[in-house]
Amino acid sequence: MSLLPQKFGPYGGQFVPETLIPALQELEKAYLTAQADPAFQAELANLLSTFVGRATPLTFARRMTEFCGGAQIYFKREDLAHSGAHKINNALGQALLAKRMGKQRIIAETGAGQHGVATATVCALLGLECVVYMGTVDMARQQPNVFRMKLLGAEVRGVESGSKTLKDAVNEAIRDWVTHVGDTHYLLGSALGPHPYPTIVRDFQSVIGKELRQQILAVAGRLPDCIVACVGGGSNAIGIFHDFLADEDVQLIGVEAGGLGIAGGQHAARFSDPAIGRPGVLHGAYTYVLQDSDGQIALTHSISAGLDYAAIGPEHTWLRDQERAFYTYATDSEALAAFQQTCRLEGIIPALESSHALAEVLKRAPQMRPEQILVVNISGRGDKDLNTVIEALGA
Amino acid sequence: MTLPIQAIATAFAKGRPAFMPYFSLGFPDYATSLDIIAACAENGADLMELGLPFSDPLADGPTIQHSTQIALQNGITTAQCLQAVKELRQRGVTIPLMLMGYYNPILAFGLENFVHTAAQNGANGLIVPDLPAEEAGELDRITQAYGLGLTYFLSPTSTPERIHLIAQKARGFVYLVSVTGITGARSSVSADLQAFVGRVRAQVQVPLAVGFGISTPEQARTVGELADGVIMGSQLIKLAEHNPNAVSEIGQFVKQVVQALA
Repeated sequence: MSLLPQKFGPYGGQFVPETLIPALQELEKAYLTAQADPAFQAELANLLSTFVGRATPLTFARRMTEFCGGAQIYFKREDLAHSGAHKINNALGQALLAKRMGKQRIIAETGAGQHGVATATVCALLGLECVVYMGTVDMARQQPNVFRMKLLGAEVRGVESGSKTLKDAVNEAIRDWVTHVGDTHYLLGSALGPHPYPTIVRDFQSVIGKELRQQILAVAGRLPDCIVACVGGGSNAIGIFHDFLADEDVQLIGVEAGGLGIAGGQHAARFSDPAIGRPGVLHGAYTYVLQDSDGQIALTHSISAGLDYAAIGPEHTWLRDQERAFYTYATDSEALAAFQQTCRLEGIIPALESSHALAEVLKRAPQMRPEQILVVNISGRGDKDLNTVIEALGA
Repeated sequence: MTLPIQAIATAFAKGRPAFMPYFSLGFPDYATSLDIIAACAENGADLMELGLPFSDPLADGPTIQHSTQIALQNGITTAQCLQAVKELRQRGVTIPLMLMGYYNPILAFGLENFVHTAAQNGANGLIVPDLPAEEAGELDRITQAYGLGLTYFLSPTSTPERIHLIAQKARGFVYLVSVTGITGARSSVSADLQAFVGRVRAQVQVPLAVGFGISTPEQARTVGELADGVIMGSQLIKLAEHNPNAVSEIGQFVKQVVQALA
C-alpha cells in the first residue's frame, strides 16, 4: 500500500529491513492526514512564525553584487531561523507529526550538529524525549553544537562504528528505530532515506521557496534567473528549489562538497566523480552513492560536516537526470574563501555548508548580466564552524 | 534435474527443527572462516548462512558489525565470497548454502552476474535483509530463473496484509525476526514469539526459521518447539574472536545445538 509516490523516476524506494516497513506506512498515513487537517497546518504555521521566526528575510547583497559586477545577488536568510539553520523547518514539522502519532521518544542523526540542535530544540518545546546519534569525529569538530544539544535536554550518543561520521550516525539511528519502533519516531534530517522521508522533508522545507517567490516578486517584480544552494543530503536545496520546478526559466544549481578536489576521491561530490559516484542503495534509497567497485560505501571528506555524506537525496538525482537542476561542486578552499568574502562584504558569517553555494555565486555572478537576479540559500550561520575555520586558516 | 532451491525444503524435513548457523565470510580471516563453516556442516548444521561483508550493515548488532568490518579490512571482495561457495563444495560440504548480504554490493556486482555465479558455484539461495518484497521484483525474477531461493523476512511488527503478501511470494523458507531489533544475543526468548509464529503459520506454507537474539542451545530448543528452523549468528562470531581453537569449539557448539533440537 502506498498513498504518495514512492519514487522519483527510478530513484528512492524503501530498501529497509521488514521490521520498519509498517512504521514507514504508518508515518505516510499520519503525514497525509496531518496535511489535510487545518488544525495541524495552523499549529505548524503559528510555530513557524512565533517560534522559528519565519518568514526569514530576503537580503539584497549590495556589496557582493558590486564586487562581482554581474547579476544582482540576493541571500535567502535561513541562517536567521531559530537555532541557526533551515533544519528547524523539518524538525518542527516532524515533531508535531510524532506527537500526533503518540510517539513520545524522538531519535535523530546529525553530522554538523545543526539537525541535532534543531531536533533537540523542538523536543524541548514540545516536551518530547530526544536522543541524537553523532559520529565521534563530527563531535570533535562540532563541539559547540554537542553542548547546545545537551543544554536543550537531549542525550547525545557518540557513534564509534565505521567512519564515525554522518553515515554511521544514520546506521545507528536506524538500528535504534528498528529496536524501539513502537514508541519512537525517527526524525530524519535530510531529504533522503526510505520513502516517505524524502517527500515529507521536502514538503516541510519547501516553505523556503514559497517565501522566496513572494519576496522576490515584491522587491523585483519577477522571478529570479538562478537559484543556488549547497547539497549534502539536499534538504535546503530541495526546499528552495521545489516551488520553482515548474518555472523552467529559473535555473536551479546544486553545489556539492568538492573536498580536497575530485582526483583522489577525498570529497562528497556524488555527481562529479564517475570513478566512485554511481547509482546504488544507501540508507533505504536508490540514488547516487559514492562507493568502490565492490559496492562498499566510500569514505567522504568535506571541511563542512553537513555535506560530508556518501549519498544524495533521490529527488536530486531525478532532477539531474531530467536536466531540471544542475549540479557542480566547490572545494574546501573555495568554500573557505567564499566564507571570508561573505563575512567581509556582507557582515554575515555563513555556515561552511552554505559557503559552498556562495563559492559558486562568486564564480557565476560575474558571468551574468546586471539585470539578472541570482538568489543563494544561506542555509545556516557559521558560528558553529569557527574552530574549523581558525584551524584551516591557521589564524 | 534438481534445482538448488529444492535442497532447502529437504533440509527442513528431517523430523526435527533445522539448525542454520550464520558465519561472516573473511572473519577472522578467509581461510579460517571456511574451516569454521565446514566444521558447522560436519557437526550437523542443516543449512548455512554465509555473510557477505558490507560497510554499512544496518540490521546488524555490534558483534556481526565487528566481524564484517574485520573481513573488509582483510580485503574480502564479493567475487571472493562467491568463490568461497565453490571451495566449500570442493571440500565436500553438501548442505544448502545461503548467501546473506546487503543489497548494494549485490547490485554493484550486477544482479544477474551475482545470481549466475552463485548458482554456478553451488549456492542454494539468497537472503537480503534490506530488500523488502516491494523492492525485490527483479532479484526475485532472476533467482527464480536460476532455481535459487530468495528469502523474505517477517517481523513481529508485520501486519496481516504483509504476512499475506509474503505468503504469496515466499520461496525456500521465511525468515522470522524474533524481536524488533538488530542481530545479537538477548537474555531470553521473546514471550510474544509463539503468537507471532502462529499468525504467520496460519498463512505461510513454506518452512519458518527464526533468527535474531538466539544464543544458547536452551534458547534454540525453546524456539525449535515453535518453528521449523533456528538461526544463530552472533554467538558463533563471539566464539571465533581471538580464539586459536575457534574451529573445534564452534564445531562442538553446533553439535550441542543440534542435540538440543533433536
